[in-house]
Amino acid sequence: MTTDAELVARCRDGDPDAWRELVERYARYVYAITQAFRLGDADADDVFQETFARAYERLDTLRDDDAFRPWLASLTRRLCIDRLRAGSREQPIEDPDLELAAEDTLDQLTQAFDVHAALAELPENCREILDRFFARDESYKTIADALDLPSGTIASRISRCLARLRDRLGEENTTEARLEG
Amino acid sequence: MTPHHEERLAELLRMLPPAPRGWLEAAQELPLARPGLDRIVARAEADARFRELLISDLESAFAQEGVEVGEATVDAVRRRLSLP
Repeated sequence: MTTDAELVARCRDGDPDAWRELVERYARYVYAITQAFRLGDADADDVFQETFARAYERLDTLRDDDAFRPWLASLTRRLCIDRLRAGSREQPIEDPDLELAAEDTLDQLTQAFDVHAALAELPENCREILDRFFARDESYKTIADALDLPSGTIASRISRCLARLRDRLGEENTTEARLEG
Repeated sequence: MTPHHEERLAELLRMLPPAPRGWLEAAQELPLARPGLDRIVARAEADARFRELLISDLESAFAQEGVEVGEATVDAVRRRLSLP
């Protein structure tokens, strides 16, 4: 998989495809952050667009190209907080602990991003079935129809693919430990 | 990353649902189209007839300025400009 640093460098050279790939890679992450701050649809859409627009404009200010994700998370978080403090376009936010709770969620979203990155390395049949069932919340029947599979096999396929994902993450941990050791 | 139990993996997978397709497409296109969009806004500020065209037919205004954008971007710009 192309690294963030490579994509960022290509964006700076004016490669539009690199930018599209970067947005595709981070769209769920940025979207999830806006949802953690419980922004309504219109506000979340504004923050989502503004985050990517500013990121594109300010790529030259990114000091470490490998740190694109924390940089983008920080940008999104700041824009969410600004939006909450400026007053929602839809309705006022009443929960005073919301910002604190959202900060906790951000840590988990980073883990979720790593899991989705590992998912992207699995064979397409596993990627598709796990993404449809867990992230898209599709039923067994919908998945079976979409993938042209017998409905009765979906649960076992999910279980097998989840085990492969776990193994994949285990392999990554071992590699990381070797590199660090 | 620490080893994961499958239940925790499922929970983490659920935390990142896809962003609405239109949002994603606009985010892919808007920054690339921004120079053209800035030109359109500047022209609308200086030219009343062009401003009317922009309000009544955004797609034609883009085409007239040679800015190629998709439907998602047109929708996003319409929302930004608070156009009907």
